[in-house]
Amino acid sequence: MPEAQYDDGRAIAPTGGGGAMDLATAEGETLEKAPAAPPGPGPAGRPRSLWSDAWHDLRRNPVFVIASLVILFLVAISIWPQLIASGNPLDCDLAKAQQGSQPGHPFGFDGQGCDVYTRTVYGARTSVTVGVCATLGVALLGSVLGGLAGFFGRAPDALLSRLTDVFFAIPVVLGGLVLLSVVTSNTVWPVIGFMVLLGWPQISRIARGSVISVKQNDYVQAARALGASSARLLLRHVMPNAVAPVIVVATIALGTYISLEATLSYLGVGLRPPTVSWGIDISAASPYIRNAPHMLLWPAGALAVTVLAFIMLGDAVRDALDPKLR
Amino acid sequence: MGRYVIRRLLQMIPVFAGATLLIFLMVNVMGDPIAGLCGERECDPATAAQLRKEFGLDKPVWQQYLTYMGNVFTGDFGTAFNGQPVTELMADAFPVTIRLTLVAILFEVVIGIGLGVVTGLRRGRPVDTGVLLVTLVVIAVPTFVTGLLLQLLLGVEWGWIRPSVSSEAPLGELIVPGLVLAAVSLAYVTRLTRTSIAENRRADYVRTAIAKGLPRRRVMTHHLLRNSLIPVVTFIGADIGALMGGAIVTERIFNIHGVGYQLYQGILRQNTQTVVGFVTVLVLVFLLVNLLVDLLYAVLDPRIRYA
Repeated sequence: MPEAQYDDGRAIAPTGGGGAMDLATAEGETLEKAPAAPPGPGPAGRPRSLWSDAWHDLRRNPVFVIASLVILFLVAISIWPQLIASGNPLDCDLAKAQQGSQPGHPFGFDGQGCDVYTRTVYGARTSVTVGVCATLGVALLGSVLGGLAGFFGRAPDALLSRLTDVFFAIPVVLGGLVLLSVVTSNTVWPVIGFMVLLGWPQISRIARGSVISVKQNDYVQAARALGASSARLLLRHVMPNAVAPVIVVATIALGTYISLEATLSYLGVGLRPPTVSWGIDISAASPYIRNAPHMLLWPAGALAVTVLAFIMLGDAVRDALDPKLR
Repeated sequence: MGRYVIRRLLQMIPVFAGATLLIFLMVNVMGDPIAGLCGERECDPATAAQLRKEFGLDKPVWQQYLTYMGNVFTGDFGTAFNGQPVTELMADAFPVTIRLTLVAILFEVVIGIGLGVVTGLRRGRPVDTGVLLVTLVVIAVPTFVTGLLLQLLLGVEWGWIRPSVSSEAPLGELIVPGLVLAAVSLAYVTRLTRTSIAENRRADYVRTAIAKGLPRRRVMTHHLLRNSLIPVVTFIGADIGALMGGAIVTERIFNIHGVGYQLYQGILRQNTQTVVGFVTVLVLVFLLVNLLVDLLYAVLDPRIRYA
């Protein structure tokens, strides 16, 4: 995950603007300008805030609508997989191993004779849980640490910046292999914990950059002059205006965490059976890809669609929050 | 310039120490380093104690770390599970992975920047929308799925390539694995270049250059491209380290005996010295490449000066 690695306050600031990965600088500038820009009058004639303006755009963006529908569907089937799959994902019949599509079993059977359709549906729960929990953890830890460092500056900031440098120097998949190779737990929590541990620097860097650009605004200075405490400044004035880039990057990161879980499971260190996961199923199917490609293609397709939905959602949200690119 | 380089090199020291310490601690969590030394059986207590003493594992972790780093700076990276010095493994593995990474970077530069320029100049046209959609799909499909599918199609079904790379790993056999390794970054490079070009195209200096009658080609290459490439170069630079470390998946699929393969073996066999040694070198490569990228800014953008 090489996202936005270069907005780290090096001696020179890259002059990049609003690239796919270049959220920290671009969003920071945008947020400064957004309240000042003449907002189009809303239906009631009131000036719209950045958020309602963004929502106004998003509702009309087909990419956003499609991605949201896909995500809603995924969330629904991760909570109630029985809605569309009546079977049990662990109910397998070796006699049917690797057989293709049959009436009642549209996706065929996998190497253990389990119904691929049922397993693909139930796999959504694992992926969505890992993605959502890891993203929440990373976003929370990253924005708290990055926000504090950016707001208070000085020694904590220097320390945090060096710490993020340290974490960025370690390849993620490698860290996962090392840390998760000893875990024998069958739950998703070690994987989530690992992602939070190695993922927070990415968000903290963006939160830091965003807070630094917001805290120079006049309204923050005004509140400070009025005698507001640091806590009030941070919570009421800085954070609400600095959070947009974090949300954008976190949404895109959610997709990459789902993909990372599958990659780690493929390497044999992520989740383990009997957990039902697309990564595990793809990994189990890969030796038989020649004879029974359907075993691999369905979970891989589901994985790709899920990751795509989250990336498209993040993309649409960024476009809505960054009027500079219009 | 010289002073800037020295300052950056000094700044690298804490990051290098931190990253190696982090991986050292992680590997220590990974498991008992001597567990793998007695074959499939467990070591008997006396041998275990003897081995512990021999490797200095009875000392506290920070002392082990210092000893290890001291050895590394004299060129001694320890011994791998099969008794070979880790440096020998590195001498075999790194050339292969460097070749693979070079192929991947070449794809990123040629195809990624090429597509980015084409789409950036034609924003909103069908070709732009099409390429954007394709990049999203490429980003969404995990590398191991891309790799397995390409291996199946090109290697097994159509027979265009060898499904697994031979142990010498000549450049020709690394083209498809390199493409697989580059795929996701390639898509990011395309998007980044596109945004950058599209934004700078409206810049005043481009209008001036066109207005004073410069040939379009010259405006594109000397004015637009040069200014737009700065974020792209940063990305590609940061990506070199990520590609070398991320080659684990690609090397596993195509059975390439490079850094990723050795790391995977080291982790499976719980050989701490192999893992820490390879990661130390990777971290060093990552830091140096980042420094090089920063120096490259001055070449691309003469406004940037290093004091």
